[in-house]
Amino acid sequence: MSAFNAIGEEREVERDEYTPGIEPQATWCPGCGDFGVLKALKGAMADLGKDPEEILLATGIGCSGKLSSYFESYGLHTIHGRALPIARAAKLANPDLEVVAAGGDGDGYGIGGNHFMHTARENHDMTYIVFNNEIFGLTKGQTSPTSPKGHKSKTQPHGSAKSPIRPLSLALTSGASYVARTAAVNPNQAQEILVEAIEHDGFAHIDFLTQCPTWNKDAKQYVPYIDVQQDDDYEFDVSDREEAARMMQKTEASLYEGEVLTGRFYHEADRPSYGEEKRQVGEMPDEPLAERYHDDDYEWERSYDLLDAHK
Amino acid sequence: MSEELVWRIAGGSGDGIDSTSQNFTKALMRSGLHVFTHRHYPSRIRGGHTYVEIRASPEPVRSRGDGYNFLLALGDSFARNPQEEAYYGTEEIKPLTENLDDLREGGVIVYDEGLIDVEDVPDFEARVEENDWHVYPLDLRSLAREKGREVMRNTAGVGATGALLEYDLGHIEDLMADAMSGEVLETNLEILEAAYQQVDDLEFSHDLRMPEGSHDSEQVLLSGSNAIAYGALDEGCRFISGYPMTPWTEVFTLMAQHLPEVGGISEQVEDEIAAAALALGASHAGVKAMSGSSGGGFALMSEPLGLAEMTETPVVLVEAMRAGPSTGMPTKPEQADLEHVLYTSQGDSNRVVLAPGNVREAYEQTRTAFQLAYDYQLPAIVLYDQKLSGELRNVDESFFDREPNADLGATLSEDEIAEAAHHASGKFQRFKHDPGENGVSPRSLPGQKGGRFLATGNEHTPEGHISEDPDNRVAQLERRMRKLEAIREELDGREESHQTLHAPVEDADYGILTFGSQQGTVEEAVDRLAADGHSVKSLGVSEMMPLAEAEVTAFLESVEEALVVEMNGSAQFRGLIQKELGRFGPKMNSLLKYNGNPFEPAEVVEGFETIVDGDEPAPTTRFVPAAGD
Repeated sequence: MSAFNAIGEEREVERDEYTPGIEPQATWCPGCGDFGVLKALKGAMADLGKDPEEILLATGIGCSGKLSSYFESYGLHTIHGRALPIARAAKLANPDLEVVAAGGDGDGYGIGGNHFMHTARENHDMTYIVFNNEIFGLTKGQTSPTSPKGHKSKTQPHGSAKSPIRPLSLALTSGASYVARTAAVNPNQAQEILVEAIEHDGFAHIDFLTQCPTWNKDAKQYVPYIDVQQDDDYEFDVSDREEAARMMQKTEASLYEGEVLTGRFYHEADRPSYGEEKRQVGEMPDEPLAERYHDDDYEWERSYDLLDAHK
Repeated sequence: MSEELVWRIAGGSGDGIDSTSQNFTKALMRSGLHVFTHRHYPSRIRGGHTYVEIRASPEPVRSRGDGYNFLLALGDSFARNPQEEAYYGTEEIKPLTENLDDLREGGVIVYDEGLIDVEDVPDFEARVEENDWHVYPLDLRSLAREKGREVMRNTAGVGATGALLEYDLGHIEDLMADAMSGEVLETNLEILEAAYQQVDDLEFSHDLRMPEGSHDSEQVLLSGSNAIAYGALDEGCRFISGYPMTPWTEVFTLMAQHLPEVGGISEQVEDEIAAAALALGASHAGVKAMSGSSGGGFALMSEPLGLAEMTETPVVLVEAMRAGPSTGMPTKPEQADLEHVLYTSQGDSNRVVLAPGNVREAYEQTRTAFQLAYDYQLPAIVLYDQKLSGELRNVDESFFDREPNADLGATLSEDEIAEAAHHASGKFQRFKHDPGENGVSPRSLPGQKGGRFLATGNEHTPEGHISEDPDNRVAQLERRMRKLEAIREELDGREESHQTLHAPVEDADYGILTFGSQQGTVEEAVDRLAADGHSVKSLGVSEMMPLAEAEVTAFLESVEEALVVEMNGSAQFRGLIQKELGRFGPKMNSLLKYNGNPFEPAEVVEGFETIVDGDEPAPTTRFVPAAGD
């Protein structure tokens, strides 16, 4: 147990403890897929018995970014696309924290694409949820990096000439050690996947399909879906990188043709997280760095001794 | 016997000019002299004209001075095309052609005749005669080749310097023994000795000898960047994140090297937005954290900087200015990022900006930056430039003997959180409207029991919920702004001011105002002006935001007219004073320089005489008269 915080106390946690005194309806429209993410996250955290005080939920900007307002924990509502670098430093500073980052498809795959790639590459021990509704919601319906080719919006009135980004493949090639896709329309699967992702010791990326009934008119855009783990037609080994890559390509190619495949696509269980790797090369202390500042017995080094090299 | 030695070593980038000069500087310091270096290098890895100047004197040295009196011209070995032994353009002879203008009358030249042919240097013989220079051609290249490797001609040059100045090479040998071993050390020592002997046998025509001095206490040799890194370490900073960019890299490198040794964390990340974001994240989790960059990289940090202001997250950012806009001149100093650093990011600026004027101040003010950032929960920026970044200066070791500071500022323990104000929903009031005079609402840290809150870049209520309520907005904004007033009061109440007054003449009629790295140069100019009978003093200002209003006002009120010296084309520092104080426009003249080189004392002297006698300023500078003239 840490010297300065409450992390580590095990107890039963009720779902309601993650509900703050503020209603999501403030931002999210009726029928919005974002409610599904919130519900699944509460369920997963309760399943795992996580105390709200040990969770740091960092979010980006947009409808998805409001998740930290509607989920009771330590919250960090940051800047567009930058939740990941902020969250990963908090995890390095205090590895006892349960760090979850969340953002939208514009936030995570557009403006924050560079951070996504690098956070996955470093395999930080955290969970990253991307609310993917294929549209910019809070700015009122512009084309996003996951909008299908030909998608028409006020900013691309002739139809987008761009192919959509392939988030699962991108996560895998970048180095994420856990990659899954789930959908708000399947709350049970979503919760299960979240539990697995949070427990996973490494970078867990979840492309979370969320319908946008306001700007992507078809509120049922992800129904029907197929759970790849429960369907014999899609047999593959989630720990095999090549098989996972093949399945991801299949999913990403068929998403816009009505065949929505969800489930776990890649799970590399034995790869050490970035913090662990850093500890092994002597670049990170064994105890949480943040604790040092509360430890009266800790002896702080002075530059006085380092100055010898300058004499 | 001369009072001071100003030794210049010139060659091509990659020829080891920097390392050789650093060693020589340290040797001179160990001999008891005060030292100061000035670095000039192109934005190239190998080849191209580069030099380092070392000013050494029995008295403390504040600036590079004007000109120099000993040139070691090594030649640019990378100017040669390895296939054809041909030279690119005139690079080959640049160590002579580019440096002669500043060589003082009666100065000494040692050049490597193995690489440089003086026949190619225009008017060389005539200029030598006219200026009474003493020239010693030596085949350093062959000497180094015969005994070891060509690159060791640096060592040969230092050996020759020792003999010509009658300087004992003992300290150099010690330093070499520290830095290398085995055959490399043996060879270097042999070359050093051989060059010394070869020159010792010559007849000297010059009078210049190494000055003699002694120190009362142990000295260390530090650059401005070193001082910032050590200031941060001593103040308890244990997290750094950065992306390489000249000259900020020098702070980053030193921190990255030492942080793991002292249990800290260093992260080189994908870009500067991430770098600042990481520092913010680490600080939010309860660690003293720092990031930084130079102009273009700092521009990318403006968004996380604003988030730190809005979420009241302490963080220290370093900005090492170089000539801009855009990539500008990567290896040349300028002070044109002042306004950028003061106002970048949307909304009302709510940050501290300190601009240290020398190596000692760089250390102290970095510590102050951390104290203010954590005590007041806002970003603090240490603004300096490429000149201060790279210049080496000796400092008493005793200056650094102080305790590290692990205090995180207004941060509550779990027991204190239990007693603190909470919203009915159980949320901790992290951003309490009225926490007290200084505007600081004590914070909790993620993981602490009972301290849950939302930190958001949107305007928010005391517990962190997003809010556009006008009354809440006013309460929060005014509270954040109040912090700057409190900081101003705290700084004004400190025993030691961060402003440096230099007044050889009491009740002087004229004043020179400057900020940052130009402070020492201005002080030297003031001494010369005072010796010439001028009634003048100077003030080096370090507190830019909040501005040191009382001290600047007192200074400006006490003089009839002032000269504001700064390295940019738009008089940004003078503009800041006029904006903040709302007066003194008719009293302030500007002396600006923006050609990529810092001021030299003589240019400040000439600029000053422009006001007093109506003389012309130096051609390298621009004089802008006061609004009242």
